[in-house]
Amino acid sequence: MLKRFLAAALVVAAGFSGASFAAGDAVKAYKHGHWHWTGPFGTYDQQQLQRGYQVYREVCSTCHSMKLVAFRHLGDPGAPFHLDECPAELGLPDSVDCSDPAANPIIKSLAADFTVMDGPDEAGDMFERPGLPSDYFPSPYANDAQAAAANGGAYPPDMSLLAKARHHGPDYIYSLLTGYPDENPAALEIAPGQYYNPYYPGDTASLLRPEFLDDEGHVLEDRVEEVTDPELYAGHGVIYGGAFKMAAPLVGDGQVTYEDGSPETIDQYAQDVTAFLMWAAEPKLDQRKQTGGFVMAYLFIFAGVVYASYRQVWSNVAH
Amino acid sequence: MSHESTYNPSTGIEKWIDRRMPIIRLGYDSFVDFPTPKNLNYWYTFGVILSLVLVVQIVSGVVLAMHYASHVDYAFESVEHIMRDVNYGWLIRYTHANGASMFFLAVYAHIARGLYYGSYKEPRELLWIIGVVIFLLMMATAFMGYVLPWGQMSFWGATVITNLFSAIPLVGDPIKTLLWGGFSVDNPTLNRFYALHYLLPFLIAGAVILHIWALHVPGNNNPSGVEVKDVKKDTVPFHPYYTVKDGFAAVIFLILFAAFVFYMPNSLGHPDNYIQADPLVTPAHIVPEWYFLPFYAILRAITFDIFWIIPAKLGGVLAMFGAIAVLFVLPWLDRSKVKSMRYRPIAKQFFFLFVLDTFFLGWLGAQPAEQPYILMAQLATLYYFAYFVVILPVLSVTETPLPLPKSISEAVLQDKAKKDQSSSPAAAGGAQPVPAE
Repeated sequence: MLKRFLAAALVVAAGFSGASFAAGDAVKAYKHGHWHWTGPFGTYDQQQLQRGYQVYREVCSTCHSMKLVAFRHLGDPGAPFHLDECPAELGLPDSVDCSDPAANPIIKSLAADFTVMDGPDEAGDMFERPGLPSDYFPSPYANDAQAAAANGGAYPPDMSLLAKARHHGPDYIYSLLTGYPDENPAALEIAPGQYYNPYYPGDTASLLRPEFLDDEGHVLEDRVEEVTDPELYAGHGVIYGGAFKMAAPLVGDGQVTYEDGSPETIDQYAQDVTAFLMWAAEPKLDQRKQTGGFVMAYLFIFAGVVYASYRQVWSNVAH
Repeated sequence: MSHESTYNPSTGIEKWIDRRMPIIRLGYDSFVDFPTPKNLNYWYTFGVILSLVLVVQIVSGVVLAMHYASHVDYAFESVEHIMRDVNYGWLIRYTHANGASMFFLAVYAHIARGLYYGSYKEPRELLWIIGVVIFLLMMATAFMGYVLPWGQMSFWGATVITNLFSAIPLVGDPIKTLLWGGFSVDNPTLNRFYALHYLLPFLIAGAVILHIWALHVPGNNNPSGVEVKDVKKDTVPFHPYYTVKDGFAAVIFLILFAAFVFYMPNSLGHPDNYIQADPLVTPAHIVPEWYFLPFYAILRAITFDIFWIIPAKLGGVLAMFGAIAVLFVLPWLDRSKVKSMRYRPIAKQFFFLFVLDTFFLGWLGAQPAEQPYILMAQLATLYYFAYFVVILPVLSVTETPLPLPKSISEAVLQDKAKKDQSSSPAAAGGAQPVPAE
């Protein structure tokens, strides 16, 4: 029964994977970044997370909030600015424990970089003060309505969980950031304030210019294919992707100045900020995989011991 | 099986307790000296695995409840608070979330085992019925638990499923309003789901006790389907023989469980549930968790009015609940005296087709509700019901079963001979299915 069942399960599983490819949605296949955290032993690259934070701070955070992340989180183990011990050059007293995010001097200065609304004070007034490690990242807009009003009617999504809130989140974000073409497909009518991207899950059919449709509204496939970059053409008159309200945030090499000598290219920025967003969405990943290693080792050894006991106990019984 | 107690209290304390409330005797007779058929294969280990997962779910769930806030404004954030700030909160939550999937994985294996070896037949009908009740309770618990994180799929899944009740004539709308605690899925809905999600697992635990009680009166069924004739020859005591065998299977199962928790904790979930619930934004595709997909496919397969009097929506709801309700009467639909499909060559083929059919329905449940998937789902639903209400009843009359072994010990010897034969190079045509044990 077991063998047959497994064979049947395999057949069905094969059907599953085949079908997911066959369902041809018109989004270009994502680029795969070289993510440091993949695989059972993968961890975040702290240098990359720090660069990613810089890109987030200088580029993304002007429009996107990150409400679930506090400055102190940046100093947790596995986080971008975690310190095992205080840097010697700061000459801090021995009593300071820099592995504690609240005492981490980098976290303190990053937080102080922001202005936070606090209060009410004793007089009942709200007041502004520099950020503290315990503060959460301040949002660029007071509320979603204001965010939408400032961004053409669509509010920029909160980034705390973005990397987990999309299918293949990291590859999607990386592809989207680097995927804006130099020129929009000629067959598409992109309204002002809209931006075309082959990785955005939209609908390009409704954007086709009238000269690419016949009298009955059918797509003139040959004509669309003729004028469309093959990289953006999905076949059968369909152009990949869609148009949405985010202009390309990474506009050119050198936009963000790195201090660690990493290449200052759009591709590098996109990879770094994606890594940071993945950390923001899954801050305990390093801890999780490390614990997993111990648990797995324990379970495998335990399984061996129990199996040996099983053989021993049953050795005198025909069954 | 019911047997003479062999417990012999040796210490003073044990004697003292035994005279007042023989609970140690109960434990000893049920889980130590309990006579268990010696030919149970690994398909029989899922009962113990399920008990283990139930405990894991209750323990992790109680800890989660200490940190969770059941309010539409705070639920989503409180779950993220668990993930980010509670010590090992990520481990507790990922265990609980994946534990639900593991629970269903094990229960489907357990049910398939029961269907294949005829474990629902006389004298185990009540045992089977209690099992179906547990399955229903599990589904209700899992559904309500999925609503608690208050993500997009939580909210829209709750909206779709509770709306189903409005299909019931006359009382449908009042039931829906009662479930919602208002006129849409909102804070009162979340609160009552939370209360029930906390309550139902304890009802499951109670039903599990009844399930084990009902198991221990007739005793285990076994792969031969032949009842125990001679306790000495046919059975072994539960401990240590099955504690160690079930224990080994449980550890292997835990390895799978841990692989999900530590290395792919979100692979069985939907990314949309990491977006906070928004009643104004409907997700592109509303899909239930994988373990509900076959039933979701059956629900959506009924796109036509039945006999002009049952509208399609009600028909879908009836079909979905009917797919489980039919299990209640299965012991009286399958009248064949032969329990195990090992000795039912024709029924066996239909059984494997049925298993494939449920996988197929699961796949269809994840597809958009459009052709050709609807037609496929209709055919698959037809087979699902035909298997229970036509094929099994007809086969119980027409099928000629293979000769049954006289006893479990004889079945063991037969299996062994078959195994030796098929593993020897002389029998190269070995298409004969090899018993797992």
